Amino acid sequence: MLSDIAFYGALETGLIYGLVAFGIYLSFRVLDFPDLTVDGSFPLGAAVAAVLLVEGWNPWLATGMAALAGMAAGAVTALLNVKLNILNLLASILTMIALYSINLRIMGRPNIALLTEDTVLTPWYGIGLKFHQVSVALFVIVVVVALVLLWRFMKSEIGLAMRATGANPRMARAQGIATGAMIVLGVALSNGLVGVAGALFAQSQGAADVTMGVGVIVIGLASLIGGEAVVTPSTVLRALIACVVGAIMYRLAIAFALNADFLGLKSQDLNLITAVLVTLAIVLPGVRTKIANKLTRKQA
Amino acid sequence: MVKNTLRTLIGASLLAAASLVQAQETRVVAITQIVEHPALDAVHQGVRDELAERGYKEGENLQIMHESAQGNSAIASQIARKFVGEQPDVIVAIATPSAQTVAAAARNIPVVFSAVTDPVAAKLIESWEKPGANITGVSDMLPIKKHLDMLQRVMPDAKRIGTVYNPGEANAAALVKLLEQHLAERGLELVKAAATKTSEVLGAARSLAGKVDAIYLTTDNTVISAAEAVISVGQRANIPVFAADTATVERGAVAALGFDYYKHGRQTGAMVARVLEGADTATMPVETMEELDLFVNPEAAERMGITLAEDFIQDAQKVVKSGE
Repeated sequence: MLSDIAFYGALETGLIYGLVAFGIYLSFRVLDFPDLTVDGSFPLGAAVAAVLLVEGWNPWLATGMAALAGMAAGAVTALLNVKLNILNLLASILTMIALYSINLRIMGRPNIALLTEDTVLTPWYGIGLKFHQVSVALFVIVVVVALVLLWRFMKSEIGLAMRATGANPRMARAQGIATGAMIVLGVALSNGLVGVAGALFAQSQGAADVTMGVGVIVIGLASLIGGEAVVTPSTVLRALIACVVGAIMYRLAIAFALNADFLGLKSQDLNLITAVLVTLAIVLPGVRTKIANKLTRKQA
Repeated sequence: MVKNTLRTLIGASLLAAASLVQAQETRVVAITQIVEHPALDAVHQGVRDELAERGYKEGENLQIMHESAQGNSAIASQIARKFVGEQPDVIVAIATPSAQTVAAAARNIPVVFSAVTDPVAAKLIESWEKPGANITGVSDMLPIKKHLDMLQRVMPDAKRIGTVYNPGEANAAALVKLLEQHLAERGLELVKAAATKTSEVLGAARSLAGKVDAIYLTTDNTVISAAEAVISVGQRANIPVFAADTATVERGAVAALGFDYYKHGRQTGAMVARVLEGADTATMPVETMEELDLFVNPEAAERMGITLAEDFIQDAQKVVKSGE
C-alpha cells in the first residue's frame, strides 16, 4: 500500500528528525531543560546552509556552519537561563522568537531555493542507487555517526558531569561540577544537532523557508516519547536508538495516514493523529508497569 | 452445472469490466496544497471544475488525489514523495513551498504549479517563456500597475500608501518590494507595517493610522486571514482600504481589481488538461492571470470617508452590497 518512494521518503525525513530527537533527548531528558529553541534553530540551520550554498560553499562546510549557528542559538538560551536567571522555558521561547527575525535577516528573504545548487547529496547520485534511496543511504551514515559520537560523549567525563547536572544539580555542584557550564554546553550541543537537521532537510527538500520550524519541538518530542515506549531507554545507547526509532515510526505513521483512505483519514487529520499517538505513547508504558506489578504481586 | 454457469457468468462479466477499463483509460491527477485557505481552496476547486468541463470526469475517466500539508513543510515533503511514488499523470502543486517539495522529488512526472508568484526565483523553472523541464504552471504575480491605476483613479490626491505584510511570507515580501518600486515611479511613498502572525495584524494596521492616505493590501496570506482588523482600522481612522483580491471587498474593502483565485484554478486546470493530452511542459510558457474583475463596495467606501464616483461603480463587474 505504501509506494517505494513514499516509504523511502518517510525514512529520509525520519532520519533527519532522528537528529532533532537526539537534540531534544539532550535537553529534555539529560539536562531536564525544556528547550523550545529548536523551533528557531531548525530553520536557522537551514538558513545558514542555504545562504552559504548559494555563495558556492562546500555543502559539508555549509552544514558545519549550520551546526555552529545552532550551537550559538542554544548557548544564548542557556546563558539567558544560567546568567540572567530567566526561567528555562521562557528563555528558550525568547530565543525562538528572536530567531524568526534573525533567520529572515540571514536569508534576506523568506525562501531560498536550492533546487539547482550542489548539496551534500549531489555527489551521491552517481553511485548506482535509485534517486529516492540516495538521501536515505547518506542520512543513515550521518545518523549512525552522530549516534556513536553522542554515545561516546555521554560516557566521557564531561558527559557524565552533564548527566549528573540534569539528574541532581545540587549533588553535582557538591561534587565540584560547574553545572552552569554544563547546561550551556548541553543546550548548545542540542541545538547544534537541530541546526544540522535543518541544514540537511533544506538540502533534501530543495529550499529553506522561514516557516520550516513550525512544530519541530512537538514532532521531536513525539518521536522521543514514541521511541521510548518501544525501546525501553534503560541505557544511554538504548535511549539514543529510541530517538531514531521513534522519529522513523512517527514518519511512517504519517505516510500510512496519508495512504489510509480506507479509514477515511486525510492529511488534515494528522495533528489529531499526532496528539493521539503522543498521548498513547505517554500513557501505555505506565499501564504496562501497572499490569506487570499486579502480575508479580499475584505470583508473590 | 449451476457452478459452471456461475463461473462463466463471472468470467464474462470480468472480461466485460476489463474491456471497459481499457476503453476508458483512467487518468490520475494528484493535487498537493501547502495549507487550507480560502484562496488556495478556490484554486483547488477551479482545477477540478475545469477538468470536469473538459471531459475529465472524476470517477469515470479521472482519479483525483488531494492532500494538504497544513502549513508543515515536513508533511508537504512526505505528500510529494507519496504522489511521486504513485506515478500520477500530472501533479498539481498549489503555492510555492508545495511546488518546491514536488520539484525536489519528481524527476519525470509533469508538474503544473498554481498560485506561485515568482517561479524563477523559486528555481522551479529556467525562464517564464521556456520552463525547460517537467515543470510549468500559472503564476499569481499581481498586476500591481493596474491596481495602482485603479487606486489613483479613486484617490488622485493620495501621496502616502500604507500596506500591512508578513515579512516571512515569500510571495508577500516579493510583492511589497515590487509595490515599493511602482509607487516610487509615480512619486508616491510606501509606508510598511509588518505583522508576522494574524494576531499582530490589528496592531500593525493601527500603526498606519494618521501616517497614510490609503491602505493597499497585497495577497499576503497572513494579512488577508485577518483583513477585518485592517478594515476596522480603516473605518475608524477614515483611511480607505484597497485590496488585491476580490474576496476582501466582500469583507469590507473599498475596491479590488482581482484576480479571482477560482479563475486562477480554472486556468491551471486548462493547463493540466493540455498536459494530459500530451503537451510538453518544457515548452509551455508560464501563464499569468489575464482576466481581471473590478469589485467595488460603495457602502464600505462611505464608512471609510470617501464616495465612489458613479462611472467607477458602473465599470465594476460586481458591486458589493452588505446585507446589514
